[in-house]
Amino acid sequence: MIHPIPSGTRDVLPDETREVRAITDILRGVFERHGYGEVYTPALEYESVLARADMAEAQPAYRVFDETGAVLVLRSDMTVPIARVVATRYATSEPPLRFCYFAHCYRGVRPQRGQPRELLQAGIELIGAPAPQGTAEALAVLCHALDATGLKDYRIGLGDASLFPALMASLNVPDAARPGLLESLVLRDVVGLERTLSESGLSADTAALLTELPQRRGGPEVLLDMPAQAQEAVTGLRRVHELLEPDVAERVIFDLGLVRNIGYYTGAVFDVYDPALGAPIGGGGRYDELLGRFGRRLPAVGFALGVDRLHIALAGEERGTGALLAGADAGSVS
Amino acid sequence: MSAVNGLTIAVPRGALFDGTVDLLEALGMDTEELRSNDRKLLFGDIGVITMRPSDVPTYVEAGAADLGVTGKDVLLEQSAQRPGEGGRDVYELLDLGYGRCTMVLASEAGPDPALEALRRLGVMRVATKYPRIAARHLEETGRQAEIVEVKGSVELAPLTGMVEAIVDLTATGTTLRENNLIIREEIVVCTARLIANPVAHKLKASAIDELLRRLRELPAAARGRGAPDHV
Repeated sequence: MIHPIPSGTRDVLPDETREVRAITDILRGVFERHGYGEVYTPALEYESVLARADMAEAQPAYRVFDETGAVLVLRSDMTVPIARVVATRYATSEPPLRFCYFAHCYRGVRPQRGQPRELLQAGIELIGAPAPQGTAEALAVLCHALDATGLKDYRIGLGDASLFPALMASLNVPDAARPGLLESLVLRDVVGLERTLSESGLSADTAALLTELPQRRGGPEVLLDMPAQAQEAVTGLRRVHELLEPDVAERVIFDLGLVRNIGYYTGAVFDVYDPALGAPIGGGGRYDELLGRFGRRLPAVGFALGVDRLHIALAGEERGTGALLAGADAGSVS
Repeated sequence: MSAVNGLTIAVPRGALFDGTVDLLEALGMDTEELRSNDRKLLFGDIGVITMRPSDVPTYVEAGAADLGVTGKDVLLEQSAQRPGEGGRDVYELLDLGYGRCTMVLASEAGPDPALEALRRLGVMRVATKYPRIAARHLEETGRQAEIVEVKGSVELAPLTGMVEAIVDLTATGTTLRENNLIIREEIVVCTARLIANPVAHKLKASAIDELLRRLRELPAAARGRGAPDHV
């Protein structure tokens, strides 16, 4: 008899489990070694509690009622539950606090696209460590963890969620035009961005800068020769760069247009890329406002890796096959 | 010459094919086999894969191609319908200008049967190959509609009385006229767009930027720049 399971979910059988477990054991070892203690939180939470965070694209997608009629949701990430844990269980603890987790999260999917409803995430949260030190620490843990799994060709795209808004502010872009421009950037619609700018009545120089700057990406040289109006906006990235260990720094691609589609990011944001996979393996960033929404104002940073994606990338590198293996920019680390 | 900057490009068969191959040739690619062999799908030596336009975002999103060319109509149809839904995760890098078409709402000549249906029945039936674009347009303009998705000639649907209107892409309007249909509304102008895989956009940044620079430097004729009223 064939009994179906929901699309986007799957059974994991022993051969795969062994490989996945080997990866998570390695990650757990690295996280623990850096002082990140593992936590479990419930998969079900009160909707009203998680709704304190601005999740944007990553809103919880599944709701159920409990026996009293309260609305429960399946968590869509671990960052928000850990923010709740910190505010509730560590209300008076001296920061910084370090947590790691290995947990299934639940996302809505579009039909016929092979997207997972249930995904296993491995990640850390560093609470109470401000930029740039906290960011540099998180990036170091990320690289040490990926190195330990044996992933060879990965790179980290590093951007700053506050960069484009800061740039718009320093260029005196009218308030009314700002959300539309940011939206184009989030949608990765460069054509739409250029068009909106050309119709916005801004000077040609300003429009050119707002188009060109978010498309800059590459080594630390992209932070150099910055126009005066953009100096302030890239300060945050410069400070992080100064603190990176050399083996972490050489993995980083500075990406001035990087924005993530989760609403709570406030500063540095990053994505992990590997040429064996056409989509990021994971990512993270700073969320300095999120803890305040739960009642404990602390700056924070964290990342999550998609364990299945990491597994696919490792297998792809091993086989020497993968979406983008040919032709990556020279200077890639191996 | 071999692949442009070592990049793999998804090229759409169909209406955008000639314009895209012209562009690749202007960039210095040897396109002879690409033009002459319409059964072959993968041209490894020049880094080109060919497919129907609506498959281009799929291959580019998955990273099977670094770049792709497809119509804005395809991108709009596959984009997120509402916040949180998540459209195709690809970068839209450049408006290539050619393949200019208009997405229109059309119905039979004479008194508009769609208006009649809305007035008397409260809902209009609309046949289309673009159910999401059609639904979005009708929702945004505050009309109740029943969308009927068809795969073949949309013009047939109103002539048989199955629907009162169609939403379809038209370049010259000839097919519409021949079927006694007239354009009631222009929804959006669509042209060919260059799209990129988000990971390739980072890991192959210099190759992609160099290609973009060369594309922008091509004479306007080669890029077939359209009027500035598209999306």
